[in-house]
Amino acid sequence: MRLVRPYGDTLDDGAVQLSFTLPMTWSEAADEAARRLVAKMGFTDVAVADGRPIASGFSLFVVYARTPASVDVSQIAADVPTEHALTMEEIDDLIRREFRRKLVVVGACIGTDAHTVGIDAIMNMKGYRGDYGLERYREIEAHNLGSQVSVEALARFARERRADVILASQVVTQKGSDVANFTALVELLEAERMRERVVLLCGGPRVTNLLAQELGYDAGFGRGTLPSEVATFCVRRLLEKACHVGA
Amino acid sequence: MELRLDRARVERCRALASAIAEPVHRFISEHSTVSVERAVLRLLGVDGVVGDEVPVANAVVDRLEGHRRAGGAAHWIGAGIAETGRPAHEVALDLAEGRLTFEALESTPREMARRALEPLVRAAVARVRGRRAEREALLERLPQGEAPLLYVIVASGNIYEDRLAAVAAAEAGAQIIAVIRSTGQSLLDYVPYGPTTEGFGGTYATQENFRIVRGALDEASERLGRYVMLTNYASGLCMPEIAAMAALERLDMLLNDSMYGILFRDINMKRTFVDQHFSRMLNAEAGIVINTGEDNYLTTADAVEQAPAVLASQFVNAEFARRAGMRDEQIGLGDAYEIDPDLEDGFLLQVAQAQLARQIFPRAPLKYMPPTKHMTGNVFKGHLMDAMFNLTSVMTGQSIHLCGMMTEAIHTPFLGDRALSLENARYVMNTARHFGDEIAVKPGGVIDRRARHVLEQAERQLERVASLGLMGAIEARCFAEVSRSPSGGRGGEGVFERSEEYWNPLEEALRPGLSDAVPAAAVVSAVAAAR
Repeated sequence: MRLVRPYGDTLDDGAVQLSFTLPMTWSEAADEAARRLVAKMGFTDVAVADGRPIASGFSLFVVYARTPASVDVSQIAADVPTEHALTMEEIDDLIRREFRRKLVVVGACIGTDAHTVGIDAIMNMKGYRGDYGLERYREIEAHNLGSQVSVEALARFARERRADVILASQVVTQKGSDVANFTALVELLEAERMRERVVLLCGGPRVTNLLAQELGYDAGFGRGTLPSEVATFCVRRLLEKACHVGA
Repeated sequence: MELRLDRARVERCRALASAIAEPVHRFISEHSTVSVERAVLRLLGVDGVVGDEVPVANAVVDRLEGHRRAGGAAHWIGAGIAETGRPAHEVALDLAEGRLTFEALESTPREMARRALEPLVRAAVARVRGRRAEREALLERLPQGEAPLLYVIVASGNIYEDRLAAVAAAEAGAQIIAVIRSTGQSLLDYVPYGPTTEGFGGTYATQENFRIVRGALDEASERLGRYVMLTNYASGLCMPEIAAMAALERLDMLLNDSMYGILFRDINMKRTFVDQHFSRMLNAEAGIVINTGEDNYLTTADAVEQAPAVLASQFVNAEFARRAGMRDEQIGLGDAYEIDPDLEDGFLLQVAQAQLARQIFPRAPLKYMPPTKHMTGNVFKGHLMDAMFNLTSVMTGQSIHLCGMMTEAIHTPFLGDRALSLENARYVMNTARHFGDEIAVKPGGVIDRRARHVLEQAERQLERVASLGLMGAIEARCFAEVSRSPSGGRGGEGVFERSEEYWNPLEEALRPGLSDAVPAAAVVSAVAAAR
């Protein structure tokens, strides 16, 4: 057991900084409202460092406070799908050796989301931060379908091309549209009996691996993920699946 | 701060842009699109929806086929008025619902239809001009303050929340408010109707939504003693209709690009070229400032490499806009602060690019976009990056300044995010107001060399585009590294060739304003002389 608390300048002081807006015109009373609100959240030693009007009927606050809460970090396990990534050359070699054919990867930004930045970073030849995208891999046949692709169109394309891997991207998260779209894709693949045949991954700035696994994906990749990290995961998971089927 | 510019090279770039636009322009003048026709109907007073929320303008134009469509939609409304004596919107409704057929109007002489429409055309033009005069009077009485004009977005999905956020942002110092559209609207081949309260990543652009926010901002403008501008998006498949609605509801700016839809939304290029032209004719008359979308070249690829593409696109966008009758003062060419923050001297490269655009397009109200691509969940660093962007903007005299949000990578802005962003911009711009006037660019230094390089490369790119033709160049991945074919993309089926008798009364009424635009031949000869 190892209990951890926020650290300001002394171990276990529990210091946190908060900032929020209240829908009320600023006054001394608004500062007091902010202080009481933060106290109600369970914080102690609440200090409203800054409170001021930002529009009629709205005030912005910066608050420092301490929390008595702590967390046992020995009980937390979060898989990191991006660990120990191989290089493009290593991945190509591995595919050539183990699969003796090209792997087919199909990706898209699904639903009405028009942001290709995530899927492009992983798939486009150019890649991201000097790490080449999947299109550049000799042993990967990569199909980037772009943005605003319906889950039906993505599933259909994946079936036609006998995809080994499906990548679904979501950038817009307003009102849970990302989760709704990710869920719709899993459900469709299950209904079409395709889910077990592919490695299914999701990505986006707000995606976490935990969320992805809850939704029924093999893994999820967030902001800053490199193409080689995704490719490494795909190859390893496909190998695991192959062993499983063999046994 | 002044860059030493190779003026002859700038003029060659302009001449190349003109040569690039010329053949496309011939194509434009021989074609129309379903969205251009719908925009005409809307300007003539056709509004509302039928059946399952289908706009009347769509229902009428969808029923037009072959030679009937090729002659333009306006004629049929005119013919209907001439034959029935009823107002335009009733004629349109009857045509939409099949109570009145095109067969029944087939024998109406075109001259008669034209005469019947004349008062409506005059009224439409008067209404657009009236809105423009209203804006001019408001700006006279309620000056909007110094540039760079601070521009923020609202994007809740619910127009009533947007209205509240827009007013709050205006009170916090915003001079321009953009209501971001729901993601996916650009691909709808109709404009939704009425006030809307649901959308993803933004709020649907509808005429009623325009009216709601414009009304709230007019009240706020009076209260604050400065006119607050409103912006939306004339892009996607309904570009001309949005331009029409914006003209009618006194929007002040529109995001409008001659190539964005082709490259980034896979909209058919012929559709986009024809649509952007008519949209910009309307914008020209309405006194609306367009914001072009060059920032997209930088968000989707490396910003250092793409700088020449931005400049080349600015030349092309400006040329198309001028050919639609827009004055330089209406052409808000785009650029963005998207260079990797880890790159040493990245700030110097940003300054070079921003100053280059400022000097090449001295009268254009340049639109400067904040960092987005390299923003992360680290809001503290993000706030600093925005401050550097603010500094670049004020020192290079940018005109329209989209304020960066420190929560860019996290969520659509909170009310408090906007206030902090505006505070950041006001602080930096005030403390460094005349910094740009006080410094000189070191000859042969990083900024000087960078500006020279970008201009040279832009000229090279324009030469390549001119030799391939614009449509061929887009197919050959000259822009944004994507290839689009002239026959591919969405909405191509909505483009049609004009017949001999094609009639667009609005185009006709607006065209006289074009006479003083497009000095293409003069530019070309000036370049020849310079050589």
